[in-house]
Amino acid sequence: MTDVRSCEAMMNEIEKALLEKISNLHKIPSGAFSIRRNGKLLKKSSTTDIDIEQKQDGSGIDVFVKPNVKNKSLHMPVIITLGGLNDLVYNSFYIGENADVTIIAGCGIHNSTCNNSQHNGVHTFHLAKSSKLKYIETHVGEGDGVGAKILNPTTNIFMAENSQMEIETIQIEGVTSTLRETNAELQNGAKLLINEKLLTCDKQRAKTNFKVSLLGRDSKVEIVSRSVAKESSFQEFRSNLIGKNSCFGHVECDGIVLDKARVISIPKIDAQNCEASLVHEAAIGKIAGDEIVKLMTLGLGRKQAEDVIINSFLLN
Amino acid sequence: MLRLENISYYTIENGEKKYILRDINLSFDYGKFYAITGPNGSGKTTLAKIIMGIIKPSAGRVFLDDIDITEKDVDQRANLGVSYAFQTPVTFKGLKVSDLMNIVCKEKNIAKLCEYLSSVGLCAREYINRKVDKNLSGGELKRIELAMVLAKNGKINIFDEPEAGIDLWSFEKLTQVFSSLSSASNIIISHQKKILEICDKVIILKNGKVDKQGNFCDLKHEVCNDGCAKLRGDDERN
Repeated sequence: MTDVRSCEAMMNEIEKALLEKISNLHKIPSGAFSIRRNGKLLKKSSTTDIDIEQKQDGSGIDVFVKPNVKNKSLHMPVIITLGGLNDLVYNSFYIGENADVTIIAGCGIHNSTCNNSQHNGVHTFHLAKSSKLKYIETHVGEGDGVGAKILNPTTNIFMAENSQMEIETIQIEGVTSTLRETNAELQNGAKLLINEKLLTCDKQRAKTNFKVSLLGRDSKVEIVSRSVAKESSFQEFRSNLIGKNSCFGHVECDGIVLDKARVISIPKIDAQNCEASLVHEAAIGKIAGDEIVKLMTLGLGRKQAEDVIINSFLLN
Repeated sequence: MLRLENISYYTIENGEKKYILRDINLSFDYGKFYAITGPNGSGKTTLAKIIMGIIKPSAGRVFLDDIDITEKDVDQRANLGVSYAFQTPVTFKGLKVSDLMNIVCKEKNIAKLCEYLSSVGLCAREYINRKVDKNLSGGELKRIELAMVLAKNGKINIFDEPEAGIDLWSFEKLTQVFSSLSSASNIIISHQKKILEICDKVIILKNGKVDKQGNFCDLKHEVCNDGCAKLRGDDERN
């Protein structure tokens, strides 16, 4: 506890507020955690079930979740409050057989300088047989400096037989530029579910690339991307599903485009086996007029109605 | 009281005016039920949308309690007490039943929301967190529309073909819902004899004009027997 208190004492109010936004934490968590601040590991804490070790070359951490560990969680937020920082980190996660855990990650940049701040997080997940992982990743950008807030997460996923992974990624405004790369390989019976929620405004840019290889029999992937692009922002969504076995893949890209924003969706589905079933759906457009009118008949003004529709579209 | 004065609505096609509604004069008192019926394309839904403010009339004025609301927008009319259950309910991506009910319900308590859903035959526990999307059937969506009108408890309630898609429920239940709104002025667009029968006044629209109005008994021959079929425009389609 002394360590935790001294760690909290080392954080200023801006950092604590960022921590809360990206991981819903009001203070340093009591279980397993790893906090990275301004390009350096601030504090890490292992438990008997989850071991966190720094990589020998210092480029990041290795996380080991023991087999059969159930209902445990790991918090690993990254906070950046310096301008002119270009942070690159490699983190690896090894989820043991039959384990069932949640990892809450995320990155918050508060940049009040005129220099760019950037975080590039490369996360590689190895899910052992029949393990289950829920991975929540929140990205936040804030600060009134003209320096950009740049977040480029790369997520590599290797899923063994019958493993399951659910990913929730949320980025709501504030991030100047993002390139989100996700690559996954699924063995027999593995199931991957990805929910991406993205809102851009001003002149922000967001690019998302998903590449999922369904290698094993009865492997399954479901990707749902919901995005709202406002003002002069730009979004590009690319997905590439490769079916090499009897498998099922479904990608749904749903976008609302407002003002002078632009959204591009580029699907690719590659069935390399006649038993592969791959589906892509994309719908991008403005808010349907009848949705606004309906809410106005309930007493909401036009702007209020738009906000309710956007919020529920992204958050429900 | 709601009063429509010389309401006309037209579109321009090939440089010529095409009238959807022409010179409509009607008034709707509180505590009464009004049925608006007529063949398909006679202007019933357009009239409902003009009352709600979704469509601006080409000519004429709309008065609510002797105040001219013609220039008022949809939300302003809603806040003055006008409610509208759509003929084809709108679906959303993400909005839940509870979100909609919370917008309209003055009492922000879950028990009250559930009471409104129950009164339209929906199990509140099952529906309150359902998304108002295409996974709900047409009948379920229609009943949610009704629940919203109940929750809003307005002065003027417009129902556009409320019976459509609720076969599995029942007319009896529907009339019970209506009876709980008896202090308001209720305008029901319908072709169904059972609904026309319970209304204080039946208004028949034809070709955008009020063709006849009166009580159901007086207009029985117009709206019953083959009359209902005629009003729906069945004979024109056949």
